[in-house]
Amino acid sequence: MVCDNWTEKLDIYLDGELPAAEARALSEHLRGCPGCAAESLSRVQQKRALQAAGHRFTPDPAFRARIEKSLAARRPARWSRLWFPALAGALALLIVGAVFLNLNRERRNEQRLLSELADLHVATLASSNPVDVVSTDRHTVKPWFQGKIPFTFNLPELQDTPFTLVGGRVSYLNQSPGAELIFRVRQHEISVFIFQERALENVSRDETAQSALSFNVRSWSHDGLRYFVIGDASSQDLDKVSELIKAAG
Amino acid sequence: MPLFERLYNFACWLTHDRHEAEDLVQETYVKALKGFSSFQPGTNFRAWIYKILRNAFLTSRTGLKAGATEPLEVDGEGANLPAMKDTPESILLQRSDWQLVQQALEQLPVVHREVLLLCEVEEMSYQEIAATLAIPMGTVMSRLSRARRALRVEVQKMQGVGAKA
Repeated sequence: MVCDNWTEKLDIYLDGELPAAEARALSEHLRGCPGCAAESLSRVQQKRALQAAGHRFTPDPAFRARIEKSLAARRPARWSRLWFPALAGALALLIVGAVFLNLNRERRNEQRLLSELADLHVATLASSNPVDVVSTDRHTVKPWFQGKIPFTFNLPELQDTPFTLVGGRVSYLNQSPGAELIFRVRQHEISVFIFQERALENVSRDETAQSALSFNVRSWSHDGLRYFVIGDASSQDLDKVSELIKAAG
Repeated sequence: MPLFERLYNFACWLTHDRHEAEDLVQETYVKALKGFSSFQPGTNFRAWIYKILRNAFLTSRTGLKAGATEPLEVDGEGANLPAMKDTPESILLQRSDWQLVQQALEQLPVVHREVLLLCEVEEMSYQEIAATLAIPMGTVMSRLSRARRALRVEVQKMQGVGAKA
């Protein structure tokens, strides 16, 4: 039997959406109330079963190819309707374009890099072994990278924050090894990539906040290392985890 | 194409038909491409594209039929679900039988099915679900709670049938 005052809150708590103070109170209550604890276990089971059951349909590769082709065909059609303004625009662009050529190239490189990082992040989450070192302890995860990557870094203290460290793995970008750390906030997983700056020569060193394929991305440079934080968590969460990592710097 | 597999899975769950789901996904990408200028950078892309897919579904033949035969709004007094007694016997899913859950999910009205899928399978936050379904956060919570209860009732019904068989 679930205690009346918690019935409504239990699902919100398990969805990770209950405000921190209430979540603490409920978590305290669950420790001492077998009825609520059993109910919360059954709801967690329901969530897991639904997660497994929900991933049911996979698209046919032929369908993917068909849709890609049809979308590609649409783009020139749009351009043909807009050829005149496009031509005028192109001429204007030609005149000023040269000035911004370098800037654009840099931005393109950055976009390509972000897409690649988004791919790495998704590939990690899709993997059955997302991390090679499984530990919430930063003093286990950091030393694990010794001898595997040609640099070292500091990990933040996560006590009293909504973030937990899931683990880490070695990742590669532009044929250079780097570290990928997985953090969790509520149900979202965030990848933090750390690479040597010289492996990313063509990319701007400015601090940026942007998005790639709907993922939020934060990036900055520190001490010869380039940091990228990527995930589907909210911008605020990404800012928070970025600040924690910078503070650990 | 971002979110292709996930949108397809969601579309199949909405339509119960692979061909219709394919049409829906294609329509979604065409609309997204056409209306990309209406997407505001900094807002949630995922919620935006799911909203396009859902609106396309609601105006499709199957979506209109579902709207005609099922209540599209179940957040008010109208939701008459059997009362659940939280006894140890009623604790859901002693074994995580995902096939049973799949069947139960199929039986739910679209309005319950979609909110459960967005929360549990797409792992959207309440805020993202609110943006996708264009409903307030409070409604997301109450709708989710009803949907979960409905799913439990459905699973129990099926477990009952299974036990009798």
